[in-house]
Amino acid sequence: MEYHALHDAPFVFPNDAHPAWSIMIVIYPYITGMVAGAFVVSTMYHVFHREALRPVARLAVVASLCLGACATLPLLLHLHQPLRALNVVATPSPSSAMAGFGFIYSFYMLVLLVDVWLLFRPAIVERAHFAPGPWKNVYRVLALGVLEITPRAAEIDRKLIHALSVIGIPAACILHGYVGFLFGAIKANPWWSTALMPVIFLTSAVVSGIAVLTLLYLFLCRSSRMEPDEECMRSLSRLLWMFLVLAVTFEVAELLHVAYEREEEWYVIRELLVTKLRFSYLTLQVLIGGLLPLLILPIPAFTGVASAAFRRACTGVAAVLVLVQVAAMRWNVVVGGQLFSKSFRGFVDYPVTWLGREGLLAAAVVLAMPMLLLWGAMKLLPVWPPNPESDSGVKA
Amino acid sequence: MSLFELPILPMSATSAAGGCASGGCATGGCASGGCSTARPDQASETSRREFLKTATTLTLGAMSLTLLPGAMAGDESSSAATPPGGGHPPAKKPMYGFLIDTTKCTGAGKCLTACRVENSVPEGQARTWVERYVHFKDGRVEVELVPEIGYAASGEPQPEAEDVLRAYFVPKLCNQCVDAPCNQVCPVHASIKSPEGIELVDADRCIGCGYCVQACPYGIRYMNHETNVADKCNWCYHRVMRNEQPACVEACPTGARVFGRIDDPDSEISKRLATLPTGVLRQHLGTLPLTRYVGLTDEVT
Repeated sequence: MEYHALHDAPFVFPNDAHPAWSIMIVIYPYITGMVAGAFVVSTMYHVFHREALRPVARLAVVASLCLGACATLPLLLHLHQPLRALNVVATPSPSSAMAGFGFIYSFYMLVLLVDVWLLFRPAIVERAHFAPGPWKNVYRVLALGVLEITPRAAEIDRKLIHALSVIGIPAACILHGYVGFLFGAIKANPWWSTALMPVIFLTSAVVSGIAVLTLLYLFLCRSSRMEPDEECMRSLSRLLWMFLVLAVTFEVAELLHVAYEREEEWYVIRELLVTKLRFSYLTLQVLIGGLLPLLILPIPAFTGVASAAFRRACTGVAAVLVLVQVAAMRWNVVVGGQLFSKSFRGFVDYPVTWLGREGLLAAAVVLAMPMLLLWGAMKLLPVWPPNPESDSGVKA
Repeated sequence: MSLFELPILPMSATSAAGGCASGGCATGGCASGGCSTARPDQASETSRREFLKTATTLTLGAMSLTLLPGAMAGDESSSAATPPGGGHPPAKKPMYGFLIDTTKCTGAGKCLTACRVENSVPEGQARTWVERYVHFKDGRVEVELVPEIGYAASGEPQPEAEDVLRAYFVPKLCNQCVDAPCNQVCPVHASIKSPEGIELVDADRCIGCGYCVQACPYGIRYMNHETNVADKCNWCYHRVMRNEQPACVEACPTGARVFGRIDDPDSEISKRLATLPTGVLRQHLGTLPLTRYVGLTDEVT
């Protein structure tokens, strides 16, 4: 295939004219990635004992749960037969990568749910006794009727939280590595078909999880007039920088590999990158979302220059850019992979619409839902760590 | 004994009457020996245990059935493969193949209309199409889609004859891959292979995820925007089961499309496959297509 074939005489297979996967399939790995990434941050504290992350450890696990609760929404909105969605778990085909989703997702959410419950059990039990009015009953239900915690129970809870956090790490990796595999295993599409795809998705997932948590922490501190913990911010900046280095490395390595090998599909991918994806890939994903935060983050992560407020601002800006980078990456993979025909001789357009089940408005609502859930969860559960002296034995 | 022939135990009835589940003892006595002296509560306990055992067996059996590769699909496809007019099933399922002779296709477009009418294919989507390749003397290769009214009738401007090295038509349809990626990725057994090796879509089971559309390397599958499920060429399976030719084959005025049994050495397709050099599309993907082409060039994707 040569350059001129794509320009002088483009040819698109008739069924390729309309991309089958919409913006909802862009959002699905975006949210799932944040789920996995936020959980990884919580395990940094609960498993690897990074004390600096204590202020966000609880927030991380609750945010992960809220994001996870909405992870299936974009899929449901995308399905052309949503009422048959449960067929995926009722009659799964073992040969299909997609059939694993229901089981992997359910397992992960179960781990997360039990983890959250155990983590907040002391607070729930306390509120079941002392909360005002009808809230007392709400907490009694949340406590599942067990209204006291003996020292032995607290010790068991602590061990269980540790165990669940340990189990959660591979579960989170599988959850998001699996999402990458869904794309990487499609040999029909050279833009997707690579063994690196699960790793690329996983590292970008962790990056997006850390970034969203950083922004949440900054926002919540600001709204409750709290000073963000300096060590926590530094630790988050370091984590973000480290995982961003990995994510960008894998993404660039993959592209370099395809470019260097120059197999037949390279001509279409090259044209895709310099035409259809020039802004979203080269500008957003690589330059603004990738390289810029890589340059900014070392300031708050490794130096003590300027004021703490300046360094916080650096981290915040970098986190926003990273979220843009990951969103661009999801877009470039999902939509970009459908912008060229399987004839490898022509491109198609993706019609972005505002309204409709798979429009931008619906996408914005889906993205806002986890934040609404988190707001609700924060009304119910104390996401800030308890004072050490009031800690009832369970590691906060 | 099939799962559905297993006895269902009337637990509540036997418990209430104090009888056992082995039948014939609804009044409390039992003809089956061992339990003739059983106390009512003991019999009730036994029947409950039996019920739980049966229920567990049924549940595990049903679960294992769903996990068996192609188990669900196999049931459906075998029932669909009952020979026309009933009678005994053939000892061996016929194996079909499709041959496209690009040297014979004239781009008449009859096959396109026949397919659209036969299979109610929505406008803007296609189970089959015909591509026209023009190789120019300066090395350029142009590809365009032949309209349903046919290439000659389309009024498309013709390239200057002295500029053209060669030109030919390539009809496209489902390759019916032996190792079909679309079948592999379907999460709910909605992509099923018939016993004759023809890839089918179960429209009642498809959830419309579009994964099969992405997985088909040939762009054959599409999300039918009228039925909201995946759709594709199935070599007119309903006609084939009636011992008829696919609609496109029947409509082709030049014999460029040949369909038949490849397990029958006397069939036309077998004879032509034995004498003509043929190739398949994107062989490097290892999908093992059953649709073969005469006169395939490297430019055809």
